Amino acid sequence: MNPAHKRTVRLTLALSAAVLLASALIYTSFSAASPALTPSQLVRQAQPGRSYQLTGTVVAGSVHRNGAVLDFSVEDRAGGTSVPVAYTGTVPDPFREGREVIVTVEKGGGQYLGERDSLITKCPSKYKTAPPTENQNS
Amino acid sequence: MAGLGRVCLVLALVVCAYGIGASLYGVRRGRPDFTDSGRRSVYALAGILTVAFLVLEIAFLRNDFAFNTVADTSSRTTPLFYRAAAVWSSQEGSLLLWAWLMSLWSSLALFLTRRRMRDVAAYATAILLGFGGFFVSLMIVYATPFATTRPAPAEGAGLDPLLRFPTMMIHPPMLYSGYTLCIIPFAFGMGALLVRRVDAEWIRAIRRFSFAAWLFLGAGILLGARWSYSELGWGGYWGWDAVENASLMPWLTGTAFLHSLMIQEKRGMLKVWNVSLVLATGTLAIMGTFLVRSGVLNSIHAFGGQTLGVPFVILIGVLIAGSIYLVVTRRDMLRSEHRLDSLLSRESIFLANNLVLVGLCFVIFWGTYFPLISEALTGQEASVGPPWFDRYTVPLALILVLLSGIGPVIAWRRATLANARRNFLVPVLVALLTAVVLLSAGVAAKPFAIAMFCCGAFVFASIGGEFFRGVRARRAMAGEAAPVALLSLVRRNRRRYGGYIVHVGIAVLFIGVAASSSFQHAAELGLSPGQSTRVGSYNVRYLRPTATITPKYDAAHTGSTLSLGAVLDVTKGGKHVATLEPSEGYYASDEASQGSVGSLLGGQAVSHVAMDGGITRDVWTAIEPNIETPALKKIVTVGNRTLPPEEAEVAIAYLARAYLKDPPQAQFHFIVSPLVMWIWIGGLIGVGGGLIAIWPAPATVRRRVTVLSRSRAARGLARA
Repeated sequence: MNPAHKRTVRLTLALSAAVLLASALIYTSFSAASPALTPSQLVRQAQPGRSYQLTGTVVAGSVHRNGAVLDFSVEDRAGGTSVPVAYTGTVPDPFREGREVIVTVEKGGGQYLGERDSLITKCPSKYKTAPPTENQNS
Repeated sequence: MAGLGRVCLVLALVVCAYGIGASLYGVRRGRPDFTDSGRRSVYALAGILTVAFLVLEIAFLRNDFAFNTVADTSSRTTPLFYRAAAVWSSQEGSLLLWAWLMSLWSSLALFLTRRRMRDVAAYATAILLGFGGFFVSLMIVYATPFATTRPAPAEGAGLDPLLRFPTMMIHPPMLYSGYTLCIIPFAFGMGALLVRRVDAEWIRAIRRFSFAAWLFLGAGILLGARWSYSELGWGGYWGWDAVENASLMPWLTGTAFLHSLMIQEKRGMLKVWNVSLVLATGTLAIMGTFLVRSGVLNSIHAFGGQTLGVPFVILIGVLIAGSIYLVVTRRDMLRSEHRLDSLLSRESIFLANNLVLVGLCFVIFWGTYFPLISEALTGQEASVGPPWFDRYTVPLALILVLLSGIGPVIAWRRATLANARRNFLVPVLVALLTAVVLLSAGVAAKPFAIAMFCCGAFVFASIGGEFFRGVRARRAMAGEAAPVALLSLVRRNRRRYGGYIVHVGIAVLFIGVAASSSFQHAAELGLSPGQSTRVGSYNVRYLRPTATITPKYDAAHTGSTLSLGAVLDVTKGGKHVATLEPSEGYYASDEASQGSVGSLLGGQAVSHVAMDGGITRDVWTAIEPNIETPALKKIVTVGNRTLPPEEAEVAIAYLARAYLKDPPQAQFHFIVSPLVMWIWIGGLIGVGGGLIAIWPAPATVRRRVTVLSRSRAARGLARA
């Protein structure tokens, strides 16, 4: 086999391998992904056995610890629909009522079971943009 | 003071505009006086931004709450150390830090190259000033650090307690130094393509800065991991968070470049690949900055404001389009001077290493940006979690570690069977022996961990052998004692042996990761004083509660109003191992609606982790006390009703006493992880190796080498 032909074969093999790997990557990412839903979307779309990323605000007065389980409700950012979540695992320090959270849940009976250690809390004191103030000299 | 800051920003923008014009005019018209003036503009930009940064830093140290950013991110109760670091906790402050560091590193790069590649440097100057102008414009238009409010508030909101950790002082500057240093090779690469000078000289000029970027970014990532492990109450060091991933991606492509540039230097190959890696690394650094600033992806680290997204998207679009255009139009000049001679050669191994690193980067890129990709393709935002990342990154990491043991010892061009036997027989035997020992110890259930230990053992033996052969050769040549021979070996070949040390560090780090993630024991449960639990082979007993109320002298020195915790006795086989005191700090909020007492506790609550670290394992604990019992809530309610703000601390003292007298059950998180310490040790070895590799060879050594080579040449001539 002449060197040029050998190089072409090698390149074709390498590119085929790369395309195969990239296809596997893309396929698995779509099949393993959890859709991000708000509480109102979750109520409409959730199917048992499938996991979802629930995003919303922790309802005031809804947080109760029951042994290792942390019970709380999450509502739409604009208020309205709320869903109860039973979560086990690490609770991030910024977690509290009124904070925006993201938690991976699965439908289980009348409530949603939070996946272990999946709770993420956004902290408004660090991540906010400065609100416009009067007499601002910028 | 704020006025001076604003003037600095406007002046900086003017200097950027002038410098870009002068550099481009000078290089196009052949006027070195203008290109020199353009270069000096970068020095001027560094000076101006230094003044601007000092203005902001002084405002923080003086508690000047007229500055909006000071009022938002600092307070009188924030300890001085953290006030100094609070400058870069906000969007606008961190933009200023980015621009300032970029101007300093750019000044250094342009100063060191002032007599080389003047045409390339002129374009690089214009590009660097373009980046400077972009960031300064953001600070003028969208997020100014010098916005003020009059009259000034009497008190600020305080630094987020999560950021009150000593690493806050060094982690962001390290990471930003890494990002900004990535921009320098990018600018020189673009310059080289623009002037069509793609020889080895531009690679040599930026090599040290690429290495520095890699070093700073790596150290920044490591510090971030350590921060996460030691401060955040989840006990992990890597969570595949979008912002974490954003810093890892340019590090991976930068690592690939540091390997493939050796092939270009030695063999004149991979020119397109190298310039593409340099441009990709710079673009990924900007994308990382964009990801933190835009809030486009959910991350625990991201700033929430959406306003900076559009300018960054435009900038990234320009960078990608410009990079592709230049590489495609200059492809004829980027042809390799040689072909790959054999698949069994150092070039091939380095190429494989590059493909694995770029593959890792692609996997992380896809997973990180998947929410945007899925929304664009399906209309539904979805994301992938750590298991998806692990599925791809674990096998790729194994291959990478294995290659890091093969690459340094395999021959250039074509390895012979004799060469392979000499270099790899011992490492392969050591790896096999490791596998046998581990399997006989009964750890077969964790195949990836075993594979990583074997790969690590292979690397140690392979690189150990290389050091051994080097020392033996020096002893034979110079008759030096072994330690002296080792030192002079490393001193005379800093880049080579520094690189080997980095490989050892990476192998050690991955062994730590494999052990701690595969053989970890964890427990989360509620305990009352006197109760105990078992975690792995350790027994943990809750002895008594603790409470600290003085804001300035709390256990962690972070300015919390109240700190509640526990004293834990850790034993193993009946023998005392450690006494640990985890606590949770409660901080004041600026919400008056919570009442005089409630507002003293109503801010962020932060875990203060306690651990007993060791070279074989860490025992890690965090506590979540319950302050929501009816008795404790009643103290807050009554205090709110009866105590004015200046006397509210009395109720906090009363609450602390009530907690100590009748402590409710507290929630604990215990983790026993083997070999975690080796992650940090491996990181330090890697950084040490990096410093050795980047350190300039001493002039004396260079002189001696020159003299020796001259005398050798003279002897050769005399013999001839």
